[in-house]
Amino acid sequence: MPVPKTILAIFSGAIAVAAGIWIGQNVNLLPIEASENAPVYDELFRVLFSIGTVLFVGILGLVVFSLIKFRRKSGDSEDGIPLEGNLSLEIFWTAVPAVVILFVGIYSYDIYDRMGGMNPLAHGASHDHQAIATQERVWGGIGSGSISDKADSTISPLPIEVTAMQFAFLFHYPEGDIISGELHVPTGRRVNMRMESKDVIHAFWVPEFRLKQDVIPGQPTILSFTPTKPGRYPIICAELCGPYHGGMRSTVVVEKPSEYEDWFNKNSKIPVLET
Amino acid sequence: MIFANPSSPEKTSERLQPTGWLRYFSFSLDHKVIGLQYLICGFIFYLIGGSLASAIRVELTSPISDFMARDVYNQVLTLHGTIMIFLWIVPVVNGAFGNYLIPFYVGARDMAFPRLNAVAFWLIPPAGLMLISSYFITGAAESGWTAYPPLSITTPATGQIIWIISVLLLGGSSIFGGINFIATILKLRQPGLKLMQLPMYCWAMLGTSILVVLSTPVLAGTLILLSFDIVAHTGFFNPSMGGNVIVYQHLFWFYSHPAVYIMVLPAFGLVSEILPVHCRKPLFGYTTMVYSIMAIVGLGLVVWAHHMFTSGTPPWMRLFFTIATSFIAVPTGIKFFNWVATLWGGKISLNSAVLFSCGFIINFVLGGITGVALAQVPFDVHVHDTYFVVAHFHYIVYGGSVFVIFSSIYHWYPKFTGRMLNENIGRLHFVLTFIGFNLCFAPQHWLGLNGMPRRVAEYDPQFTFVNQLSSAGALLMALSTLPFLWNVINSAMNGPIAGDNPWRALTPEWLTSSPPPVENWEGKAPLVNEPYGYGRSTKNPKSPNDGERDTK
Repeated sequence: MPVPKTILAIFSGAIAVAAGIWIGQNVNLLPIEASENAPVYDELFRVLFSIGTVLFVGILGLVVFSLIKFRRKSGDSEDGIPLEGNLSLEIFWTAVPAVVILFVGIYSYDIYDRMGGMNPLAHGASHDHQAIATQERVWGGIGSGSISDKADSTISPLPIEVTAMQFAFLFHYPEGDIISGELHVPTGRRVNMRMESKDVIHAFWVPEFRLKQDVIPGQPTILSFTPTKPGRYPIICAELCGPYHGGMRSTVVVEKPSEYEDWFNKNSKIPVLET
Repeated sequence: MIFANPSSPEKTSERLQPTGWLRYFSFSLDHKVIGLQYLICGFIFYLIGGSLASAIRVELTSPISDFMARDVYNQVLTLHGTIMIFLWIVPVVNGAFGNYLIPFYVGARDMAFPRLNAVAFWLIPPAGLMLISSYFITGAAESGWTAYPPLSITTPATGQIIWIISVLLLGGSSIFGGINFIATILKLRQPGLKLMQLPMYCWAMLGTSILVVLSTPVLAGTLILLSFDIVAHTGFFNPSMGGNVIVYQHLFWFYSHPAVYIMVLPAFGLVSEILPVHCRKPLFGYTTMVYSIMAIVGLGLVVWAHHMFTSGTPPWMRLFFTIATSFIAVPTGIKFFNWVATLWGGKISLNSAVLFSCGFIINFVLGGITGVALAQVPFDVHVHDTYFVVAHFHYIVYGGSVFVIFSSIYHWYPKFTGRMLNENIGRLHFVLTFIGFNLCFAPQHWLGLNGMPRRVAEYDPQFTFVNQLSSAGALLMALSTLPFLWNVINSAMNGPIAGDNPWRALTPEWLTSSPPPVENWEGKAPLVNEPYGYGRSTKNPKSPNDGERDTK
């Protein structure tokens, strides 16, 4: 006895959805998570990856199925069914993507807000950060906000001034007047960076932090993040900046607070006042 | 000015132009000659742009910069992008097929402004040659096809200025074409042919031409200001003179995002012509297809800043452009579901045209899904300017537009030449292209997510294997052009005679000889009110538009 077509259709649809969700949740395409920002990003990625896989597998299946099932048999010169449209079907497949898009939009807004993207200038607990914000033509990057607000009350954010030039990054620590080619940051403390370029547009990107912000000449930009996992990660320039663009890389060294203190005290040009 | 019109039967343009193969090298006013000029000229530039792409993939087989000098690499990637966009896809999906098909579809004997049409084409070869020759003079532009200042101001000026002049000429050509298409579609329609009876490609070209006419002048103005900054040392975009580099990005993307729709909307239209013929079914949901094209045109003009999410844009702007961009997926999705519904229940001939069209659907859906993801600000800040984006837009412009160009060549070649292509070689071409394309670009998604930025000649050694995989795919794509080239050249001379209408199609270009005579029809132009009337009259499937059916 043949299985009814509707049941087959629902069954294959359910398999596509299940496969999509499984792939989305279990196939990891991303590097390790090394900032407070990263797990939030990966949550969004897994949801988008699941939805995308379901849609792609669904359409791929429909196209391949149609090509096999409805292929013309040799010698058949008849036309297909003269079906010109079906209003309820068309409303259905206008509504479904609209609902999916609406969900994705609201969800990614929520993620964006959790990353602190919606209000990067007001959330800065440091006066330093607010001072930057009031300057003319300073625009914030993502990740400058609310995730670590609790921590802010106990530990003040670490201010760092970043200068990009062809083809290097320089990191200036105003607290200790340190200038370094490598970025050293402690875990668990928010870093507030103010970035400016000397020549052309560059971009500061750490894949493990899931953060990127262009570094622009004549217009400072700010970026905040809280590192969580000790290790050495690449800092990559992501904006074409000249012949050696591919070689414009640096390293961010995320250390435990005690190791960072050692590094800081060793390099600081200002004697430590707090005892 | 010659104003071709179906009601003026005297052969106006015939005596003005040479006949035989020589006319393809002349300032011909025949829209069909101009269409093929666009197509062949575009394809030659495609081969050049493709060679540059191969050079890029060869460089990237190793993590160090060893195949070419670093500045040459930047010149190669700039030329590759510029050639593929401005000299291959835009002129071919608009100029080539638009010129060839639109007069047939509206029942006219030529375009509204034949002389402007010829001027629009003849701007392209000198602009293209100038662009390529800049490499041999002082070196080509090396700031990418986006030419962001201040990099474009500080790199060698000669190459950058030649690049600007070339793009201005190509933009001018595009605007002339756009005006001509709008005039032809709206003003040269046969009496009795309603707008909502036009083949879908007319709607796609109407929408595209509106985008061209509205946005290309903005690019032209921007590039002129940029050239002032380079030559006359003004400070519009130069921060050391108080200029603002972000303003350039806004102006540039105001054109260059609609440019994506200028490349894909005509492709949508072409697929809508090809699928019904080979599925023997009417196009599903004509009316919603028309509305979704117009929705894409409207939305396409207000999404540009999603290219600038990491540039330093205020939060409200990021939010607005995320929402606008995401919603383009709705009208686009409608079109894809409608094509699948067109396939459903048809009698599909699995020929090369259908295979390339279905390849387009599959590739473009993937490119669309990654597009919606990229529209989300928090997603984009990680993958912006990485190989994820490279993969995404190649799925749109190659997996989308270029697959459709091949599909269209297989479909209309019998009309262009009067001869059939070899289907087996065509299927081989499809298989090689489809596998090569996906092998080349699918792994690049992973590269981008894991830390490989775009436009680099050197990269982290951990990415070596995946890059070599991608380069192998590129090699397969390059090889796939060989059977295609042999097929089109050999079939032009030795292919079986096609006859007027080998596909038993209903659109008007098939209701005349192959190739068609100079003014398209020997006698009166046929009135086609039902371009997709398949399955209506099984007794006489060839011409449901003849006789009494025309009276309504």
